[in-house]
Amino acid sequence: MAETGIAHQFDDEAQRHEAASAGMWLFLASEVLFFGGLFLGYTIYRLTFPEAFRVGSHHLYMWIAAANTAVLLTSSLFVALAHHAASEGELKATLRLLAATIGLGVLFLLLKGLEYYLDVRESMLPVIKFDAGKIHGAKPAQVELFLIFYWIMTGIHALHVTIGVGVWITLLVLVRRQGETAPLKNTIEMAGLYWHFVDIVWLFLLPLLYLVGV
Amino acid sequence: MAERVATKVYYRTAAALFVLLILTIALAYVPLGSFGPALALGIAALKAALVALYFMHLRFGPPVSRIFAGAALLWLLILFMTLGDYLTRP
Repeated sequence: MAETGIAHQFDDEAQRHEAASAGMWLFLASEVLFFGGLFLGYTIYRLTFPEAFRVGSHHLYMWIAAANTAVLLTSSLFVALAHHAASEGELKATLRLLAATIGLGVLFLLLKGLEYYLDVRESMLPVIKFDAGKIHGAKPAQVELFLIFYWIMTGIHALHVTIGVGVWITLLVLVRRQGETAPLKNTIEMAGLYWHFVDIVWLFLLPLLYLVGV
Repeated sequence: MAERVATKVYYRTAAALFVLLILTIALAYVPLGSFGPALALGIAALKAALVALYFMHLRFGPPVSRIFAGAALLWLLILFMTLGDYLTRP
């Protein structure tokens, strides 16, 4: 991360920025395919067992998911503003916005944890704790399949959020240690791309898992 | 290299995203038949586009980002084209 000097393999700052963006987007492209595979599997089984997916969706806690969507959207705003503050050399604002983002990320995970706890209490955990007697209007085994997609897709997403929170905590510590934002503003931008991507994945998880025939 | 994107753009994008979120939840309660899922996904795609274009700087950033993002979408499309197998099974 260069302050005033640019690493010698780059022509200038603009080209360095392009290279960094291309690299991060290439990684995000691999993540798109990673989640894409899960979404494709979900699509195939939703087309095969439409009623079971509707019944399964009813057993989920939509309002927790809606709240979490608001949490992630706000955090994406804060991330964008944090990069802007860092670019303008505003140390205090950058630190505050990074801290706020971390807070929202942790809030998301807490709400997700609460949701998982409620799911288990309702015996909606496939194979491990699943009460087929609670399933009406569809074959329990098919609803269990929907729930498997729910747990795995939201679980892997939550793992991505956790990694993101770790990245933001690291950046907060590094920026505070530097005492200025210039050396890390580009890193903040690239980390932001990852965080926004995680937000986008959730934007699709919301309607597909929680809003199936409300 | 500071982004010449004013914070105004970010606030407006966030406002639009929240409006779309409320719309998403509200429409979930309206019986739209088979049109429902398509509409919900369409709104989700619109939200994703707003995040990508403005928060992720695709609109005002270097063109190479748009190329790589476009490539991601292209390969996702090819992945979903394999649905042709399942949809054409007896």
